[in-house]
Amino acid sequence: MSEEGTLVASGVTHSFAGTKVLDGIDLRVSRGSVVAILGPSGSGKTTLLHILGGLLTPDAGRVDRPFERPAFVFQEPLLLPWRTARGNVAFGLAGLRLARSERLSRARTMLVKVGLGQDDAVLYPHQLSGGMKKRVALARALAIEPDVLLLDEAFSALDVGLSREMQQLVRLDAQERGVTVVLVTHDLSEAVRLADRVIVLAGRPGRIATRLSIDRPARLRDDAFVEAEIRRIAALEAIRDAFRPTLSG
Amino acid sequence: MPRISWRRLAGGERRWAVLGLGAVIALWEIGHRVYGDFVLPSPLATIAALGRLGASGDLWPAVVTTARDALSGFLAATLAGSLLGGLAGRSTPIRAMLQPIATLLIGVPAIAWVVLSLLWFGGSGLAATFSVAIAVGPVVFAAAVQGTRTVDGGLRTMARAFRVPFGAMIVDVYLPHVLSYLLPALGTALAMSWKVAVMAELLSGTGGIGDGLAAARAEVDTAKTMAWVVVVVALLLIVERLVIEPVRRYFETWRHGLPGEAA
Repeated sequence: MSEEGTLVASGVTHSFAGTKVLDGIDLRVSRGSVVAILGPSGSGKTTLLHILGGLLTPDAGRVDRPFERPAFVFQEPLLLPWRTARGNVAFGLAGLRLARSERLSRARTMLVKVGLGQDDAVLYPHQLSGGMKKRVALARALAIEPDVLLLDEAFSALDVGLSREMQQLVRLDAQERGVTVVLVTHDLSEAVRLADRVIVLAGRPGRIATRLSIDRPARLRDDAFVEAEIRRIAALEAIRDAFRPTLSG
Repeated sequence: MPRISWRRLAGGERRWAVLGLGAVIALWEIGHRVYGDFVLPSPLATIAALGRLGASGDLWPAVVTTARDALSGFLAATLAGSLLGGLAGRSTPIRAMLQPIATLLIGVPAIAWVVLSLLWFGGSGLAATFSVAIAVGPVVFAAAVQGTRTVDGGLRTMARAFRVPFGAMIVDVYLPHVLSYLLPALGTALAMSWKVAVMAELLSGTGGIGDGLAAARAEVDTAKTMAWVVVVVALLLIVERLVIEPVRRYFETWRHGLPGEAA
């Protein structure tokens, strides 16, 4: 029943130390589509992303992961402190059969794409700003030319202009190479700008509160469309309910 | 501004080091003047005794033998200690099994290992090597365990997410962190290696600086004894400067943020 290359999760339930954090999650992400997982903090978004990416095995439920080269951008940059920016990007390529020089040149190219030049490439993480570290982490993920890209608040530490630029980069990459993208965010505008479909997680344990789809192609979404869409979605009863606990608490 | 004054002090660090050494030599000379030649030969007499050792041809073979004993034991201890320590750091059952053994081995006096290994290995050169390895190994082991246990879980997850092969995991994720624990321990272990090696040689009489010390004692030649001591200390300093220090500097480049090539 599932078409080729679809990421499918059914009945996924997970607990940490006896506390249930996810309950009965069903979702399908078809190849080349962009799905945003939206929800207040503590709703299990990161856990779900790790399960989808194969970093965690759920207590119950099934996940089909028909991909070979997953790439993550984590909430924290998680760079090796003893490697330069370029060394960190090249480290992500360690699993591919590439010569060292090839890895380094790919790393250099990708760093330029995220806006880090020659001078920045030889700096160590502790010499980089928070936003620069995030960009290195994104470059590390894009460099391996993944077939699925899992983003955990990847753009949240960046200023507005930069975060737009990085979103653009991910969107173009997704379109050009048909990458499946799953992104976790608490920022509605990020979801509206990038995603084809939005899954809203809420409650403790997290359940799917609602599913939305955004039909206009991502490249045709201008600021006016994004604003209108945000207003429309924010007005939905299900969304208001999902985010209420964090607003009052 | 305490920071500025510290920096100025560090700039003249070498001068202070020379001053400290000079104070020791001055005290040595004073001790010699007070107690006389038999108890404490003067620094100059010690140098002269050292020269005689060199001229008689006893010095060089002894240095080679002691270096072989100490370094072979040190090497064995480093390999076994870091390998087992790394395993124990990753696996709770292995750690639970090996840690009490390491504590037990640390508790046995080094001189007891010397006596036992003389009984086990006799006069062969192996006695000194074995004594050094077993006395020093647990020190390396303990540091390796601690280093491996404290590797950042986030970095491990990241490496797993990118499906990084085992070799790169060890070299790029584990090793740089573990070394920050291991290198100071290896400095201590190296110093210990010389001491235990000399001790073993003294008792076994199979050559080396320890054997030379035994002979100097038999001849009641204090100047010669002091000369041997100077040789051991010099060896320790040279190896520390030539081996440990460059390795430490190489692996800690990133801490100072100096540009370095790494992939």
